[in-house]
Amino acid sequence: MVMSSGFKVLLRVSAAIALLVIYAPLLLVVVNSFNASQTFAWPPTDLTLEWWRRAANSQGARDAVLTSIEVACLATVVALVLGTMAAMALQRYRFFGRDAVSLLIILPIALPGIVTGIALANAFKTVLGLELSVLTIVVAHATFCIVTVFNNVLARLRRMGTGLEEASADLGASMFTTFRLVTFPMMRSALIAGGLLAFALSFDEIIVTTFTAGPRDQTLPIWIFQNLFRPNQGPVVNVIAVVLILLSVVPIWVSQKLAGTTEGLAGR
Amino acid sequence: MFHRPLPRLAAVCAALTLTAACGTSSGGDSSGGDGPGGFTAPDVPMLQELGDGEGEVDVLAWPGYVEDGSTDKSVDWVSSFEQATGCQVNVKYFGTSDEAVNLMKSGDYDVVSASGDASLRLIAAGDVAPVNTDLIPNYADVYDFLKDRDWNSVDGQMYGVPHGYGANLLMWRTDEVDPAPTSWGAVFDENSPYAGKITAYDSPIYIADAALYLMKTQPDLGIENPYALDQDQLAAAVDLLKTQRTQISEYWSDYLKEVQAFTTGDSVIGTTWQVIANVAQDSDVPVDVTLPEEGATGWSDTWMVSAEAKHPNCAYEWMNHIISPEANDAVAEYFGEAPSNAKACDVATKGFCESYHAGDADYADQIWYWTTPIPQCLDGREDVTCTDYGDWTQAWTEIKG
Amino acid sequence: MAYFLHRHPGARLGLLLTPPMLWLGAAYLGALAALFITSLWGQDPFTGEVVRQWNLDNFRLLWESEVYRRIAFRTVGIAALVTVIDIVVAFPVALYMAKVASPRLRSVLLIAVLTPLWASYLVKAYAWRIMLSENGIVHDLGGLVGIDLPGYGLTAVVITLAYLWLPFMILPIYAGLERLPDSMLEASMDLGARTGHTLRRVILPTVFPAVVAGSIFTFSLSLGDYITVRIVGGANQMLGNVVYDNVGAANNLPFAAAVATIPVVIMLGYLAVARRAGALENV
Repeated sequence: MVMSSGFKVLLRVSAAIALLVIYAPLLLVVVNSFNASQTFAWPPTDLTLEWWRRAANSQGARDAVLTSIEVACLATVVALVLGTMAAMALQRYRFFGRDAVSLLIILPIALPGIVTGIALANAFKTVLGLELSVLTIVVAHATFCIVTVFNNVLARLRRMGTGLEEASADLGASMFTTFRLVTFPMMRSALIAGGLLAFALSFDEIIVTTFTAGPRDQTLPIWIFQNLFRPNQGPVVNVIAVVLILLSVVPIWVSQKLAGTTEGLAGR
Repeated sequence: MFHRPLPRLAAVCAALTLTAACGTSSGGDSSGGDGPGGFTAPDVPMLQELGDGEGEVDVLAWPGYVEDGSTDKSVDWVSSFEQATGCQVNVKYFGTSDEAVNLMKSGDYDVVSASGDASLRLIAAGDVAPVNTDLIPNYADVYDFLKDRDWNSVDGQMYGVPHGYGANLLMWRTDEVDPAPTSWGAVFDENSPYAGKITAYDSPIYIADAALYLMKTQPDLGIENPYALDQDQLAAAVDLLKTQRTQISEYWSDYLKEVQAFTTGDSVIGTTWQVIANVAQDSDVPVDVTLPEEGATGWSDTWMVSAEAKHPNCAYEWMNHIISPEANDAVAEYFGEAPSNAKACDVATKGFCESYHAGDADYADQIWYWTTPIPQCLDGREDVTCTDYGDWTQAWTEIKG
Repeated sequence: MAYFLHRHPGARLGLLLTPPMLWLGAAYLGALAALFITSLWGQDPFTGEVVRQWNLDNFRLLWESEVYRRIAFRTVGIAALVTVIDIVVAFPVALYMAKVASPRLRSVLLIAVLTPLWASYLVKAYAWRIMLSENGIVHDLGGLVGIDLPGYGLTAVVITLAYLWLPFMILPIYAGLERLPDSMLEASMDLGARTGHTLRRVILPTVFPAVVAGSIFTFSLSLGDYITVRIVGGANQMLGNVVYDNVGAANNLPFAAAVATIPVVIMLGYLAVARRAGALENV
């Protein structure tokens, strides 16, 4: 009862309206996945399951989803490792340039994607002479995903304190054992939360990916982008989007349960 | 890598008025044919003999040109090619000619479907090789008026095989626009009744459309070729386009976007491709198209081979396949353009070749195909320097504001 | 080795810090530096080859040509407006979730806010395009009330961008509010403050860093965006479009790099201010 009830009602109404606005376009997407018109004419005059049928048969979409999952997994793993290392370094030690380091970690995500995209593409192709491939996409994605893991782990380490680790050392455990048996389990939920966010970021990323993907690489966003161009393919994209939304509720729910608080999810 | 003879360099410097210093080093030899307007094509070796297929080919194409059934099971002219030649096709799509030019520099692709505004640039940069048409049996059946043209050959040497061509037409909503327009004036009229609902193609090459209109309506400007514009002529075209900008609903480069805009009524009149009109009409949107009285710009696409092709034999096989009657007809019908192979009309669905004016050299001649503007005036004038594509790009940014 | 590391905290730190720093510092910063260097070169407009001649022509063009300044101001304006709108919309939602909703409802709301992040950005933007079209929902609603709501254009861009980035603003604010102990609010009430007063004097100042943290994302994402403008922006263009068109369309990487320095400089300034406000802890 820390606020007047009138104010609470106001909040409730605002939140409801906001959620309505958030979900209106998504509902439109769902409706359009059944819309018989290829060009999403509104209001839909005819409903059809044709697009769902086509999506189920679409080899291109399936391959794109798999590529996206592959890229996101790899990028998440790299981000987890590097993010954790950086967080531990920053949280546990005092050193000159701490602020600069945390700024550097944020930079890839704070700078507009197009800048990161063309900078990395230029570096890969012109400076290093590499060919663009799934690996270059992974490198690009990992770069801006580090920050999500970093934030989560940092917050968790701050709450954890060093007490337990010191106790473990006092009891004779080596540093690596302490990490394996004490630190890591305590960080696990933060890692999962951070990892899930990193996965989501990488999965839906289009801007940086456009510049760092090789000629044959199609992540899902690239597939969507290309198919919105093509004749007869636009509506299938809606179907894919609906499927993604439905499927995504599961990992979010899982992450929620594990993280307990929002510190995990706020790391973006 | 810099094949630039000094006279051309001086012309470039003079034309780039916005850039102060432009003293670049010129070096290297420049043997090879002379391109239209006087650029010199670098010496890139041509394949002399067709060997065994390499097992795969990397294709860079306009969306819809290389369909292998993955988007629509019934649309597939790639699988037959893969089975017949053993060359697996890997395709990457691009959205604009400029992207194509950019992507070809990487050397990652063996063959590209280049429109006329990309082909010369690819030749000049040494990114594509001359094509040995003797190695391509189906080339003999290609319409003659598509061979040895300005945009696909240099000094009589072909640099690719013609894919097909189409015109940029004027489309309008029959229920919103009355009377039916017959002139491009309908989109350039500064007091248009359709203000706020006019659409245009989103590329600097659209400046040529404005120039074409000025060519007919303001003959004292002296425009002979809409791609050969000196500073004053470009300025006139830019003014026309800036006026038009105030009435534009949106520019389009994605043709699904244009179909949608016409379906919802956000655009009611503007530049289009035949395929867009067909898709709209299929969805019961009341539109009609016409080739206006001033003529039109258009595109004529050419399949070109990369100078650094890793799979040159499969590349030649692909080019032969895509202009074979069945494949050429299939892609022309899917995309909505005129085929380049005369025999394609033998296998085409009834009425298709007529509606797309396949083989109609007169219709084709009314079309000013996309060509990259260069400082050496394409209309042959020697006393002035024409504006080049860099100028057009700058101008386009200013027009859009 | 564990013994060595135990005795030498410096080595531990080095080991921990080197891989991330190599990745971000050397690779990423290096890539940015290489890009900046490119902006000092020129380009042959016909072949698209980069000409490695040092000059400041790209920057001179940016400075002298009025259109780029206009586009830059327009972009910054849009980014600022989007940020403000997001803050205004996100705050009540976050406050409700953090302080008023029951724990079960809170979970549900959190999932509800996060789920849209998984719907593809492109699909959401296209959905807005449909909604804002001539015969779309927005137009119909406007017709009911009797006003002519704008279709595609800058307003549409602002609305769509604000919509797309909303979750990125809700989450940090929510996290910040959650960290605010209820006891503080109760204390404020005990001291006689009404809701409005508590809001102004207790909640807002505490949550301010979180708000700034969220704004980093909405501002930066809007500053560099080029896709949404092309989908709902009508005939308009933003800085991102100029960069994108010059990289892809004009093949003029040096000029694109020069234009790209504008949002980089702006964001670096923004980050410096944000750090001052303590926002970097809340990101």
